[in-house]
Amino acid sequence: MTALVLIGTSYRIAPIELREKMAVTEERAGELARGLAADGFEAVCLSTCNRTELYLAAEDPAVAERTGVALLAGIAGLEMDEVLPRLYRLHDEAAALHLFRVAGGLDSLVPGEAEILGQVRGAAEQGAPGRVLDRLFSQALHAGKKARAETAIGESPASVSSAAAVLAEQVFGDLCSSSVLLVGAGKVGELAARSLASRGAHIAFVAGRRRERAEEVAREFRGQAVAIDGLAEVLSQVDVVVSSTSAPGTVVRSQDVAQAVGGRRGRPLFLIDLAVPRDVAPGVNEIDGCYLYDIDDLEAVVAETLAGRRREAERAEEIASEEAERFRVWHASLDVVPAIASLRAWAEGVRAAELAKADGRLAQLSDGERRVVETVTAAIVNKLLHPPTVRLKEAAATADGSSYADAVRDLFGLGDDDGSQGRIPRQ
Amino acid sequence: MVELLFWPALVAYGEAAVAFAGATRRPGGRAGRLATWGVRVGWLAQTGLLIAQAAGAGRFPWTTWAGSLNLFVWLVVSAYLFWGCRSRFRLLGLAVMPLAVILFLLAYAGGGTDEAGGSRYSSLFLAVHVGLVSVGFAGLTLAAALASLYLWQERRLKRHESAILRVPLPPLLTLDELTARTIAVSLPALTLGIAVGLTRLARDGGRPDALMAVTLAAWGLYGAFLILRFGLGWRGRRVAYVAVAGLVLVLAVHFGLPLTHFS
Repeated sequence: MTALVLIGTSYRIAPIELREKMAVTEERAGELARGLAADGFEAVCLSTCNRTELYLAAEDPAVAERTGVALLAGIAGLEMDEVLPRLYRLHDEAAALHLFRVAGGLDSLVPGEAEILGQVRGAAEQGAPGRVLDRLFSQALHAGKKARAETAIGESPASVSSAAAVLAEQVFGDLCSSSVLLVGAGKVGELAARSLASRGAHIAFVAGRRRERAEEVAREFRGQAVAIDGLAEVLSQVDVVVSSTSAPGTVVRSQDVAQAVGGRRGRPLFLIDLAVPRDVAPGVNEIDGCYLYDIDDLEAVVAETLAGRRREAERAEEIASEEAERFRVWHASLDVVPAIASLRAWAEGVRAAELAKADGRLAQLSDGERRVVETVTAAIVNKLLHPPTVRLKEAAATADGSSYADAVRDLFGLGDDDGSQGRIPRQ
Repeated sequence: MVELLFWPALVAYGEAAVAFAGATRRPGGRAGRLATWGVRVGWLAQTGLLIAQAAGAGRFPWTTWAGSLNLFVWLVVSAYLFWGCRSRFRLLGLAVMPLAVILFLLAYAGGGTDEAGGSRYSSLFLAVHVGLVSVGFAGLTLAAALASLYLWQERRLKRHESAILRVPLPPLLTLDELTARTIAVSLPALTLGIAVGLTRLARDGGRPDALMAVTLAAWGLYGAFLILRFGLGWRGRRVAYVAVAGLVLVLAVHFGLPLTHFS
C-alpha cells in the first residue's frame, strides 16, 4: 500500500530563526514537490510563515521520510541532525489528521484564521499529488470549509483593528456609506483605518500634529488632511472616529462631540480610542448616540472572541477527526482494491469464455435475445461478487484487509497486484 | 381536525421559542436553524388550522376575542417569517415567539382555535375591520420587537459588553430603519380598520367605549412616532421607547376585548 508521510516544522516546535530558514515561496514549494515527483514520490510542500511541511506518498515510508528530512535540512542549510529535533514526522492517519487540523485553522496561532485554507489549496495546486495526496488535499479543503461552515471558529475578529471595524458594523451595518475621521497618523491608527476601509468605509479626514504625515496618509486613503485643532468642525460630518495620537492629554473633548452630535439628526457616532493615554474624553460615551471604545474595551472583545474560537475549536476538532477516519477507511481500502479488480476481471473472463463457448448454440437467437443473455449473465456475476466486494472493503477498514485480499487471491487463483490475471478455470 | 392542527402548531412554536433561547448561547449552531424550522412548521400548521376554521364556518370565523387572538398570532408570526428567514434577524424570534406561544395558548383557552360560532356582525364588516386592525396590530407588535432588539443592542454597545460579537444582532441603524418602516406600513392598516369600525359605530348609533379610546391612543402614539421619526428626525433610543410603549397599548386592547366587545 502507498504510505503517507508528513515531515514538517511549525511555530509549535521551532523558533522563528529556523522557520525563516525553512520557509519557501509557493512557487519554490511547487518546484520542490515536482522534483520529488521525479524521484517517484507523490509530493506537496506547504510553506507559510508558521510552518513548512512536506507531504509525501510512497511505497516505502522510511525512504520517503529520509528524503523529506534531507530536503528540509537542505533548505535550511543545516545538517540533518540539527533539524531533526525540530521536525515532526507523522504517518498515514496521523498525517492526515494533522493536515485536516491545519486546514481547519486548528493548528494556527489564531484559531480559525482563514488564510491557511487558501495556502493549503495553493500548495496542492503547485505540488505534484498523485492518487493519495490528491484525495488527502481535496478532503483537507473539504474539512476546512466544513469546520468554518458548521462552527463559528472563523467568524469573530482576532485583532483589535478588526474588532473595531466589526463593532462599527454593529452600529452602521454596511460601512460603504460611512465616513471616518482618523486622528493621529501613526501606524496603529492606520491599521484600524485600513481595516475599516477594507469593509467599505471612506477615510474622509486625517488629522495629525505633523501636517506632512497627515497629508501623506490622507492621500493614501483619498481623504483630506485637517489640522488637529479643527477636529470640532469635521466631527459632525463623520460616522466613525479613530484616534491614536501620542498626545499626553485629551484630544477629542466631550463638548465638541456633544455639539457635533446635535447636528447629526440622531445618526450615531462611533469613536475608537486606541491611544494610551486616552485621546477621547471618557464622558463621550455618556452622550446619547455616541459609542466610545478604548483599547481595553477592544482587547476585552478580542479576548472574548478568541475564547469563543477556542470553544468552537472543540467542535471543529470533531470534524477533523471524522474526516481523518473517512480518509483512513479510503486509504485502507487501497489494500484490497487490486484484489477486487483481479477478482472482477477473473469473473468477467469466465463469463465471456462461457458465452463464447455457447456461441454456436446461441446463434439462432435474435439480437435482442442475445442482449438479454449478456445482461442476465453480467447481472449474475455482479450479484455474486457484490457481497465479497463489500466484505473486502469492510475488512480493509479494520486491520484484516490484506489477509482477506490474500485469501481471495489464493481461493480464486488470482494473480498478484501487478495486474497479472489468474487462470480461467477449464470446465 | 382543528384540534389536530392546534397542537402541532403550538409544539412547533414552543420548540422555536426554546431554540431561540438556545441560539443566544451558541449562535451559528443548530439551535438557530431548529428555531427557524420550528417557526415555519408551526406557521404551516396554524395556517392549516385557520383554513380549516374558515372552511368549517363558511364565513369570517374569528368573531370572538380568542378567535381574533388566534388570527393575530398568525399575522405576527407571518410578519416575523418575512425577516426571520435571514440569519441576522433570527434572534428577533427571541422577542416574538414566546409572546406568540402565550397568546396562542390564550386563544386556545378562550376557544379561539375551535370551530367558529355565530356572530351578530356581517362577515364583510368583520373581515375588513378585524382583518385590518389585526394586520395593523401585528405589524406594530413586530415593530415593538424590533425596537426591543434595538434597545438591547444599544445597551450592549454602551456598556462595552465583551461578548457582544458572540450573539450577533442586526446593526443599530438597520433596526432603527426597520422599526420605523414597519410602523409606517402598519399604521395605515390600523387607521383603515379603525375608520371602518367608527363608521359602523356611527351608523348603528353605538357609543364609544374605553377600548376604543385605548385603540385610538395606540394609533395616536404610533402616529406621533412617525412624526418624530420622519418629521423631526428623531432616531435611536428615544423613538425605540415610544415603539415599545405602544406595544403596551396594543396588548391592552387585546386583553380588553373580552370586557367590551365580547362580554
